[in-house]
Amino acid sequence: MKTFNYHTPKDVKEASNLASTSSAFLAGGMTTIPSLKLGLATYKDIIDIKSIKKLSGIKVSGKSVTIGATTKHAEVAASKEVQKAIPALAKLAGNIGDAQVRNRGTIGGSISNNDPSACYPSACMALNAVIHTNSRKIPAEKFFTGMFETALKKGELVEAVEFQVPEKADYQKHPNPASRYAIIGVFVAKHKKEVNVAVTGAKSCVYIDKDLSKKLSSSFSSSAIEGMKVDDSEMNSDMHASSEYRANLVSLYAKKAVEAC
Amino acid sequence: MASLVGSRVERKEDGRFLQGKGRYTADINIANQTYAIFVRSPHARAKIKSVDTSKALKSSGVVGVLTGKEIAEDKIGGLIAGWAIRSEDGSEMKVPANPPLAKDVANFVGEPIAVVFAETLDEAKEGAEKVKVDYKVLKAVVDPADAMKSEAIHDGVDKNLCYDWLLGDRKAVDEAFAKADKIIKVDLINNRLVPNAMEPRACVVDYNTASEEITLYTTSQNPHLSRLVMSAFGGVAPENKLRVVAPDVGGGFGSKINVYNEEIVCSWASKKIERPIKWVAERTESFLTDTHGRDHVTHAELAVTKEGKFLGFKNETIANLGAYARVFGTVTPTYLFGPCATGVYVIPAAYSNVKAVYTNTAPVDAYRGAGRPEATYTIERLVEKAAMELGIDKTEIRMKNFPTEFPFKQTLVHTVDSGDYVAGLEKAKQMADYAGFEARRKKSEVNGKLRGIGVSSYFEACGIAPSAAVMSLGCGVGLWESAEVRFNPTGQISVFTGAHSHGQSHQTTFAQIAADELGVPMENIDVVHGDTDKGTFGMGTYGSRSLTVGGIAIVNACKKIVAKGKRVAAKMLEVNEDEIEFKDGEFVALKSNKKKTIGEIAFACYLPGQRDEMKSPIPEGDEPGLIESSFFDPANFSFPAGSHICEVEIDPDTGNVKVEKYTAVDDFGRIVNPMIVEGQVHGGIAQGIGQALHENTQYDETGQLMTASYMDYTMPRADNFPEFNLGFTCTHATSNPLGVKGCGEAGAIASPPTVMNAVIDALGGQEISMPATAEKVWKACKTLKKSNAKAA
Ligand SMILES: Cc1cc2nc3c(=O)[nH]c(=O)nc-3n(C[C@H](O)[C@H](O)[C@H](O)COP(=O)(O)OP(=O)(O)OC[C@H]3O[C@@H](n4cnc5c(N)ncnc54)[C@H](O)[C@@H]3O)c2cc1C
Repeated sequence: MKTFNYHTPKDVKEASNLASTSSAFLAGGMTTIPSLKLGLATYKDIIDIKSIKKLSGIKVSGKSVTIGATTKHAEVAASKEVQKAIPALAKLAGNIGDAQVRNRGTIGGSISNNDPSACYPSACMALNAVIHTNSRKIPAEKFFTGMFETALKKGELVEAVEFQVPEKADYQKHPNPASRYAIIGVFVAKHKKEVNVAVTGAKSCVYIDKDLSKKLSSSFSSSAIEGMKVDDSEMNSDMHASSEYRANLVSLYAKKAVEAC
Repeated sequence: MASLVGSRVERKEDGRFLQGKGRYTADINIANQTYAIFVRSPHARAKIKSVDTSKALKSSGVVGVLTGKEIAEDKIGGLIAGWAIRSEDGSEMKVPANPPLAKDVANFVGEPIAVVFAETLDEAKEGAEKVKVDYKVLKAVVDPADAMKSEAIHDGVDKNLCYDWLLGDRKAVDEAFAKADKIIKVDLINNRLVPNAMEPRACVVDYNTASEEITLYTTSQNPHLSRLVMSAFGGVAPENKLRVVAPDVGGGFGSKINVYNEEIVCSWASKKIERPIKWVAERTESFLTDTHGRDHVTHAELAVTKEGKFLGFKNETIANLGAYARVFGTVTPTYLFGPCATGVYVIPAAYSNVKAVYTNTAPVDAYRGAGRPEATYTIERLVEKAAMELGIDKTEIRMKNFPTEFPFKQTLVHTVDSGDYVAGLEKAKQMADYAGFEARRKKSEVNGKLRGIGVSSYFEACGIAPSAAVMSLGCGVGLWESAEVRFNPTGQISVFTGAHSHGQSHQTTFAQIAADELGVPMENIDVVHGDTDKGTFGMGTYGSRSLTVGGIAIVNACKKIVAKGKRVAAKMLEVNEDEIEFKDGEFVALKSNKKKTIGEIAFACYLPGQRDEMKSPIPEGDEPGLIESSFFDPANFSFPAGSHICEVEIDPDTGNVKVEKYTAVDDFGRIVNPMIVEGQVHGGIAQGIGQALHENTQYDETGQLMTASYMDYTMPRADNFPEFNLGFTCTHATSNPLGVKGCGEAGAIASPPTVMNAVIDALGGQEISMPATAEKVWKACKTLKKSNAKAA
């Protein structure tokens, strides 16, 4: 690990001002620290945002659930309020990685990193989330722009994620047996007007499967998507799963999620 | 006094381990130490054109940089193959030189090229980045099946072939096959495994400029053997100027048998730079450079009659040695594999032919079970397939071919002294509710799941012995074990053993047996191991040998203590020696009932006199003190055996395999501590299920290890297992006085075929290779669906 300057800003403004092209925010450190140790990334400045109080916590209103950026997965999983308002979200958080990862990893870190096989991005997409940053509000579909890429600009900090409370929702995941990231994760959310089927793990970035969403919007039942083939041409193929297998899992888990709703 | 042998004594070592008070090599720091970082080859195969250390030497904090050139100049020897194997044509095996720092060519990713020593770890890393190695990348040989057709990677090793070894009689086998009603055939891959000891390898070296002695603290399963090899072959220091200490070691599974490059290099360098050196592997280095296990490609055949009697067996295997032949690398796929491949059955004609090849991958060596898991997988897949093809119940076909009498003289090598294979399988059937399987299968079917049951009956040849036999087969050392029992004047006892505990709980088991022999409380006994300056000598721990060989040396040394105690007691009690009985720690004069405790005898042995009278308790011909040692060389291997039964449930939509039930019935002879033995079986089964379902070492075609971290290499976890249902049968070993058999590897030997037989049963006989990952199983389920649809 190369030496770096370690900062513990007290507020968001200070944190943002410290940011540069060779800095990283440190939230749970579950991605940043291994990258540093393996020499995959080097930074001049590490800006630890964990002590900024404002960034942590869960707020639930009738229509939305807002989760502060540095709220840990374990906290979301254990939150009675989240369990009540959007049980699928608590379930998703409770199945991320392993206990160690859940006790450190944060929602802000997860979505800012935008790993193609991370779980939270699918929830953001399906639950019409709005990402609150220190300078603006970004709708989820504009936030996740590509593999490990987001709409965040230099110095822009995620403060909170606001999820829309759906009528029903469920998240189904086929974990990578080694890392327990998602080989495939399917988040199905039924809102008043539409159904969103968001898929993670399948391609280079989270996406809404339009065909599945459309079919389910007109009839919300697993039989509506029974036997639907999912196009695998753009899907990832690696030593853990072929694109063909991933495509099978997408339609299978979409069905399972609908049934579990 | 109740016997401690046989009871569930709590582990003496748990207290400190569970409280984080273990003392591992990485915990050791020496004043003024430097930190070592190795520069490793990023290529699987490359010519090293030049190594430029000038920038590194100028880097901040760097104390020294050494390369293959300096180590060659100092004539430091390389790593060795411990067994010489001869090919079928009589020629000796071909072994390339394996220098501790590669000078001319690198042969696998991770092979050390140079080493940088610096004041801090970070400075060592900086320095290492500045070592410039100019490589000419060559085409790597990766796949063992293609190795013989590929360019030779080592000079003088034609076809990359180390040896082409045969055991058995091809002609007799051909004759047997000619008489068969049916020939059962399998093509198997025994997947390569990364051992993944929890503690990565490490070494700390301290060179004493005054005494010129090198002390090497290291993660070794066999410190005395390490010293011998480093001295005799490495030429690092004379044996009496080299002390090797293996303190607490966090798991080995075979991967810490070898003396590795880093230990040789740091020991040599410490003397050169006159500074202590510390090196601790990072996890990536463990993945890349710890010796791996398994990696066989096998074609095997079993000739059977239609009634299910076995007539003959053929085994044609290509074993991947990786880049170099290491300590047990050459024997693992030969004598530890070939003779065991006929399993627990009477098979009148058999042969095993093994071609061992070099490839540009990490060296392969002994890994829990070493050869015997591969053997058991081979025969047990064949037997299960035979049952399926002949329509005979899978337990019945096994019973039909079990030997009925012991000693059981096998066709290839072993004479198994004792066992009762029928009893083991019957008990396993009962415990697993084998008869109720069909009902459970139907229930799974109703839920849309496929359920399968698999059986495997195994035997293991462990505690390799006697020395004269193993040395006649090519072993470079004898495989006896030694012990010293040292009574201290105040009655506390130190038991020194040459075996090494890195998870096996010797502190407890060995104290139990010594306490029983000496009739003293266990608390009075301290088991000392892992230091060449303490105790006599030792061959270390591997191959389930510690208790069957090392434990017996302790028993024998204790018996010598008691024998001397008897002589002393007789003199002190003024009776004849044959009138003394030793029981529960007391020497009793039978007629007078006068007695002396063993503690009093020890005291008298060290303080042999008394006030006002010139009178010694030491009989004529004896010496003061109470220390005895023993070297035990068993007459034969020990042969644990058993039957395991597994039930899996498969979700055909995802291919997920769930191990629903796992039953193991093992015969380990007399059991010293059932709790510890159960722990060993649990660990072994977990590793075996890991091999069968999860662990998948993958190199790409250029020789890069794709699965070099836990993000990609699947270690099994607790939630992958059901509760294991364990049972025991007991026939005593006749090759040692305790009647014990090894138990450390059995779980890892029996479980892969048990699980795979269950998976393949669920898949209607479709063969798939290990590990049976979800995607592979899903594909097989699709094929099954199609063929079922066709049939309907
Ligand atoms: C073994 C393992 C298994 C895992 N399994 C899963 C899984 O199953 N599902 C899943 O979804 N994830 C999984 N993860 C990811 C994990 O849950 C974390 O969410 C992720 O590693 C990053 O979160 P972090 O809080 O640790 O962020 P850090 O590592 O601290 O930061 C990651 C990146 O995000 C940036 N960042 C952090 N916070 C902010 C912010 N508020 N605003 C802007 N940028 C920010 C940092 O600059 C950095 O670039 C796994 C990780 C590991 C190591």
